[in-house]
Amino acid sequence: MDRRDPFRLNALTSGHRACSGCGQAMAARMVGDLIGPDAIFVNATGCLQVFTTHNAQSAWQVPWLHSVFANAAAVASGVEAARRGLPGSERVVVQAGDGGTFDIGLQCLSGMIERGHDALFVCYDNEAYMNTGVQRSGSTPHAARTTTSPPGRLSEGKRHLKKDMLAIVAAHHMPYAATASVAFFPDLKAKVEKAMRLRGPRFLHVFSPCPLGWDHDAAASVQVARLAVETGLFPLVELEYGAVTGVMRLAQRRPVEDYLRLQGRFKHLFKDAHGAAELRHLQALADANIRRYGLLDATTAWDTGEAGRAQRGGRGGYAPAHGAAS
Amino acid sequence: MRRQLEGSRAVAEAVRLCRPRVIAAYPITPQTHIVEHLSQMVADGELAAECINTESEFAAASVALGAVAAGARAYTASAAQGLLLMTEVLFNIAGLRLPVVMTCANRAVGAPINIFNDHQDSLSLRDAGWIQLYVESNQEAVDSMIQAYRIAEACELPVMVCMDGFFLTHTFEPVELPEQAQVDAWLPPLRFSRALDPVAPATLGGGSEPDNYLEYRRAQHQALDHAADEIVSTAAAFQSTFGRTHGALIDGYRLDDAERVLITLGSVMGAVRDTVDALRERGERVGALKLRCVRPFPAAGLVHALRGARRVAVLEKAISAGAGGIIAAELRAAMHAAGIALPVDGFVGGLGGRDLTPASIEAVFAASAAAGPAPIGCQFVDVDAADEAARPGE
Repeated sequence: MDRRDPFRLNALTSGHRACSGCGQAMAARMVGDLIGPDAIFVNATGCLQVFTTHNAQSAWQVPWLHSVFANAAAVASGVEAARRGLPGSERVVVQAGDGGTFDIGLQCLSGMIERGHDALFVCYDNEAYMNTGVQRSGSTPHAARTTTSPPGRLSEGKRHLKKDMLAIVAAHHMPYAATASVAFFPDLKAKVEKAMRLRGPRFLHVFSPCPLGWDHDAAASVQVARLAVETGLFPLVELEYGAVTGVMRLAQRRPVEDYLRLQGRFKHLFKDAHGAAELRHLQALADANIRRYGLLDATTAWDTGEAGRAQRGGRGGYAPAHGAAS
Repeated sequence: MRRQLEGSRAVAEAVRLCRPRVIAAYPITPQTHIVEHLSQMVADGELAAECINTESEFAAASVALGAVAAGARAYTASAAQGLLLMTEVLFNIAGLRLPVVMTCANRAVGAPINIFNDHQDSLSLRDAGWIQLYVESNQEAVDSMIQAYRIAEACELPVMVCMDGFFLTHTFEPVELPEQAQVDAWLPPLRFSRALDPVAPATLGGGSEPDNYLEYRRAQHQALDHAADEIVSTAAAFQSTFGRTHGALIDGYRLDDAERVLITLGSVMGAVRDTVDALRERGERVGALKLRCVRPFPAAGLVHALRGARRVAVLEKAISAGAGGIIAAELRAAMHAAGIALPVDGFVGGLGGRDLTPASIEAVFAASAAAGPAPIGCQFVDVDAADEAARPGE
């Protein structure tokens, strides 16, 4: 096999041990295949590391390094520094879950960005510590049930808000920071390609449902991910040097309940008046996103409807030669 | 070339001669001067390296890890709190068998916070899987740094060169610096066999399970055991090229016919040598032994070197709180395993920068003169009299 033939390369190949419907496995395969063979991947501890490198087996067909949980961005800094000035065109990619990005890995990520390392940091966000059994993280959305933010007589799930990770990294005035979703592949593809055309620190935040932790049907992962975008809870946006340069407009606005009802982690919100109050709170958070990024009225390259059609093989983000620009 | 240099500058010059391509560090007293000197060398174009000023020691160790995994020779340095903040990564570097080399500018560990010298920081990391060399002088620091890269790269194991904070790092001594061409010939560029490479993609750092983890750890232990031979042969090769040696695993002083031997590590060995000379002049049959290599622990070498001794004192600047001296316990175990009933008196002193004077060392020799078994645990050297009255020891 010629590994340099992009139509032959699976950066992340079959046989790994992800759960069925795993959003992170989908996302990592999309990102890895798009970046191609000329890259060195550094992985934080987490589901992706565990399910791809079990016991002397590996699902990676690209050079891949895992050290510990918190230090992926710093390890990647070292890899990138070591490659500077040498022949070879390989790029450096960091992969981490939300724990390895929002929480324990945040300091190393900030350092990597501040020092201007030429590396793409990809966060596969499934909104909790799934590898250890669904504990809440700084990314867990408000009111979600996890094993450490359980609803109870005195609790409506997670008390705190999801950390605004994109704003935090964008505040470093880095070349590129964007959100993407496994439900909008052409958009994700365009963002990975754009990120790889740029130099310096770049950040891609990929929304990756976890059927096990979110308690939804394994076949519904893409639907759940699409609804997170269509409700405004997870806006698809791009920032360059801190300024918003791209927004995916919502073709139609969906109420947050459409998204929440599919997931057992929000089931307690539909029981009583306390839950109803939290539902209004979550709707207000979505409304704030819609206002902040102009998700209903922005002039954008595509909207969620077009991107959805494109995903089914129509117009959209494939190579321009295939007519995407028309 | 012989120059009068501060210890940190001397170490920086030695690191420069080894041509690391990546230097990563976070400042902590008393390590700072080393990294400042290296930064200036890079700024002046005297050293072609990437200086990565990280946001923590944890990241500094991680950058060094990544750099070596990508095939570059790398360097880092730290001390005390910084070294402990690196701990998770240091274990990981050793488990990945990456030849990272670092300097530990030995410093006490808080609380109470104290910037001065002892060996609590690096000795607390004796189980991390790193080769640990403790140096007596700035010349030994220079020479050990150059040896460290050769040992690390031959064994695919990380090496920590431990030098006493302030006593060495901030002290000016005459130091002989080798020529660049000599070092280049002696230390070829790193060729790391497992370097990450898109042409031959490999997975580094994957998971293991109960059915093979034990074997990985055993292999690591055996590699450290075998590294003893490499440390010895490297010291010999260094001597034949550069004309200097400081011992390899251990360095005995006036051990012939010595009945009582004091074992220590680091810069205090200089004062110990002077004290041995003074006691010898008074007719006492005493000797000393510098433990240069703590990991791998040179048990066989110690047993052999101490075969004529009647009693041994270990003077160390660290303590396993609740147990006693660390090296004393390891020496007792080595002697016991060899079937030798040699009394080993454990002394803990010099903590947090307290001077160990010739008088203190003489007192240790005097306290380790009795016949009969040595007490288990440790005795403290130069404890404040008021504190002793308030909290009497054994």
